[in-house]
Amino acid sequence: MKSLAAQFLPKKHDEILNVWMNQQLLHEGLREDLMPNDDLRKDSDELLKAILEVIKKDNFSDVNPDEFEKVNEVLAGISTSRAMNGFSPRETALFVISLKEGLRIVLEKNIEDPKALYDEFVRISTFLDKLSLVTFETFIKGREEVILRQTSEISEISTPVIQVWDGILALPIIGTLDSSRTQIVMESLLVKIVETESTIAILDISGVPAVDSLVAQHLIKTVSATRLMGAECIISGIRPEIAQTIVHLGIDLSGINTKASLAHALKFAFNLKRLEVRKAGEFKKIAAE
Amino acid sequence: MDKIPILKMGQYLLVTVQVDLYDRLALGLESDLVNMIRKHSSRGVLIDISAVNIVDSFMGRILGNIAQMSKILDAHTVVVGMQPAVAITLIELGLPMTGVHTALNVEKGMDLLREQLLAQEPLTPEEDDDYQ
Repeated sequence: MKSLAAQFLPKKHDEILNVWMNQQLLHEGLREDLMPNDDLRKDSDELLKAILEVIKKDNFSDVNPDEFEKVNEVLAGISTSRAMNGFSPRETALFVISLKEGLRIVLEKNIEDPKALYDEFVRISTFLDKLSLVTFETFIKGREEVILRQTSEISEISTPVIQVWDGILALPIIGTLDSSRTQIVMESLLVKIVETESTIAILDISGVPAVDSLVAQHLIKTVSATRLMGAECIISGIRPEIAQTIVHLGIDLSGINTKASLAHALKFAFNLKRLEVRKAGEFKKIAAE
Repeated sequence: MDKIPILKMGQYLLVTVQVDLYDRLALGLESDLVNMIRKHSSRGVLIDISAVNIVDSFMGRILGNIAQMSKILDAHTVVVGMQPAVAITLIELGLPMTGVHTALNVEKGMDLLREQLLAQEPLTPEEDDDYQ
């Protein structure tokens, strides 16, 4: 014998949807700026259909078996897309929780006996609570995916190797240098050295917020690897505070060329390559003399 | 047993390692090279390892040894064409090879050897005559 709710709720799809939509539209947490109402209605419709499908089978005990897969799938899709679009967790959870209110109103209209009404409502309410947990879980998962993607993007775009002159490369490092980033920096630098046949590489660390012994060790590794390739490495952009820290930590940078600014490093590189930069008119003057 | 050929080019010796160096091969190269330096009284050794993809700490040490030995015999050693992956591996193994000179390719390596030779004996007597 099917329960009361299982018998009549599936037939009341449109009614529930209308009540639910009204609930959502009235609520102050409605985000018309992030999602047009038509889309909201479409999402609600899809989810409600999936849920009523489950209610019809009259099995509320567990949200995990195969029958619930459809509901979970729809919910996961909705909450992931909301996480990406910038909805807050509260707004996402409200989407499911407001359905409870809608179902309550429809149940009240259709069940006369208070005891039966109470029983049905408790069952449906427990079921929806489980669904909102699923929503929350997938919402967080969606957010985490966004964070992971951004992390990998940042590490990729933040290590450009620039050719500043024929045979001179510059590598501005921005952000903290950890082991994995050092690896990326080192690899892209060495590959570029081979590609451009450069003999000098300038590591500019003015964008590195702090240098501790680990970061210094990574820098030294990069410099040594560049040397092994047959290129000279200059470290530039050392701020006074960083110079102080390096000395206080007792890090030995004596074997490495260090310059205060990128301009100085470039000048030093020109010297190494026996290049000279001067004003356009000067050469004629010298020639005339 | 395989051998790595050592080519004599004037005052210099040229070694091109075309295969991955295993231990016995590297040891053989080391002794062959030292003998060749002695025989031809060469002033510079250029080792091209651009085809080497795999290194271990032993090979890193052999390269360092070769550099030191030739230094004793008054010849400079330049290692050229190291692959980025090889360089990273050597650094991660803790072998910065401080005593070894390196260059990007054979051309730059030869330039380096010539410069070092010039620095040692700035001008030979014949060249001196030319200048006057």
